[in-house]
Amino acid sequence: MAETVSERQIGDVVLDLRNISLAFGGVNALSDISFDVREHEIRAIIGPNGAGKSSMLNVINGVYQPQQGEVVLRGQRFEKMSPGHAARAGIARTFQNIALFKGMSVLDNIMTGRNLKMKSNILQQAVWWGPAQREELAHREKVEEIIDFLEIQHIRKTPVGRLPYGLQKRVDLGRALAMEPSILLLDEPMAGMNIEEKQDMSRFILDVNDQLGTTIVLIEHDMGVVMDISDRIVVLDYGKKIGDDTPDEVRANPEVIAAYLGASH
Amino acid sequence: MIYRENGQFKTSYAADQQIFPIRQDRYAIAALLVFAFVGVPLLADEYMFRAILIPFLILGLAALGVNILVGYCGQITLGAGAFMAVGAYAAYNFLARVDGMPLLGALLLGGATAAVAGIVFGVPSLRVRGLYLAVATLAAQFFFDWAFLRIKWFTLDSSSGSVSVSNLEMFGWTINSPVEKYLFCLGLLAVFALLAKNLVRGAIGRQWMAIRDMDVAAEVIGIRPMYAKLSAFAVSSFIVGVAGALWGFVHLGSWEPAAFSVDRSFQLLFMVIIGGMGSIMGSFFGAAFIVVLPIFLNQALPWLGNLVGVSISTVGVSHSEFIIFGALIVFFLIVEPHGIARLWSTAKEKLRLWPFPH
Repeated sequence: MAETVSERQIGDVVLDLRNISLAFGGVNALSDISFDVREHEIRAIIGPNGAGKSSMLNVINGVYQPQQGEVVLRGQRFEKMSPGHAARAGIARTFQNIALFKGMSVLDNIMTGRNLKMKSNILQQAVWWGPAQREELAHREKVEEIIDFLEIQHIRKTPVGRLPYGLQKRVDLGRALAMEPSILLLDEPMAGMNIEEKQDMSRFILDVNDQLGTTIVLIEHDMGVVMDISDRIVVLDYGKKIGDDTPDEVRANPEVIAAYLGASH
Repeated sequence: MIYRENGQFKTSYAADQQIFPIRQDRYAIAALLVFAFVGVPLLADEYMFRAILIPFLILGLAALGVNILVGYCGQITLGAGAFMAVGAYAAYNFLARVDGMPLLGALLLGGATAAVAGIVFGVPSLRVRGLYLAVATLAAQFFFDWAFLRIKWFTLDSSSGSVSVSNLEMFGWTINSPVEKYLFCLGLLAVFALLAKNLVRGAIGRQWMAIRDMDVAAEVIGIRPMYAKLSAFAVSSFIVGVAGALWGFVHLGSWEPAAFSVDRSFQLLFMVIIGGMGSIMGSFFGAAFIVVLPIFLNQALPWLGNLVGVSISTVGVSHSEFIIFGALIVFFLIVEPHGIARLWSTAKEKLRLWPFPH
């Protein structure tokens, strides 16, 4: 896609989550969670089912509003983040249960990811010839680069509803990449995939991180993958943070082992 | 064998993004346009124009408008008839009250007024969806039915509430005979169909479809639901409003509020469901189907009855019309929710491969 950044430099904190608490009715989904994400790193969030991982991503990009705490994005505080704010601030995400636009083709799905960058007005679009067409073609070229990168050229005109699961996951990633995000949130990008698909997906994630310098926040259940590709890991259990460290430290953390294996120690 | 794009390679994205990327389709649509503009006026008689072709064109335009809202943006509406009425009465008022208002100007201003009404009655869509939204748009229907019947200002104080327009003229062209009316409507329909197609294949169309298919994901990638939904309401109501003005001015000549009752709203919705949601072509299939079917049944049923020795009364025919309509809508909702347009595109896909199985 872009020229390769050879040495990946982990930078300053770009995203800081401070004392986030989120409850639905009487159920505490997240209680007093703080962690930060540094520029260019791959940050994983792990934990058993129902630990609050997806809720955490939903707080980051404004789908849920936490009752307490704040999201600080590049020094800017958001007490109420909205999905629109997050998108404009360069946060993109993929979804656990693929949320593609089913009635549209792969190409249109990814093109939709560029909506914030398209500026022609409704009259220009109705006329088509002129500004609207030029803009459409320019963005088409960008989208084709993403299609090449994800190796999905052969299905670009296929309605996404007809695609197998693994390819839909790739299109979901493609749509997020089309936003040219600085922070990419991935919600279980490899769930339900076989080993080959997981390898492909890991490669895409590493390439995005390495070549585009995109900061990645990742939820994943496959421990092998998580330990391999992430720089730092947050561990959640029942809405509480029980670990936050490098993969090796997390692996050795007795609390984490207990949460996962239920072992007494 | 004949319908195949072998050897037609696209070498630019512009070529790939044409409305009809396959050469045979371009020839077919050109032939169809020539036939519609030149062939039909030579062949059809006055009855054909008055009873079939002009209603088909105008209702096709209205169905196109409804399809943008229902089919592309996924916002169900039962107020289309009301927006037709707004378009018709607004255009009438602009024509009657403003000196020297040209016909086309009045039609477009009628559409613009309907667009504003559409935006106002589209506001509930920001909070409610599905059935609840349908009920909210039904409010538009009853409100405007009432307004045009009771507020005399809209009808220039005519005692019966009915208004009439005569002497349609545009750029020195008097639109009097059925052929002229047909050509006028056809021209408008062709232009609007092209503009609508451009919208739905462009950025705004993708926003509408994104809201329709998965609104949470749409919001996460930065689409503003308010803008997407209200722009769909505006564009849809604009087209429906122009169609309403044409229906009053060109087809009816003189009309009263009952011409745009809730029946019309349902009829337009059925056209979209049967023709194909989310397809420009489908709007025309649906309109053709619903305009032609009653006439066909009128002719065919008594004849079929005679064949088996039963005489079917006129009442019987009109009742069976309802039965067949109802059955067809249920059929399409269950078997082919994408309507005739999907059957058409499936047929084309098969034809591309024929005679090979795949």
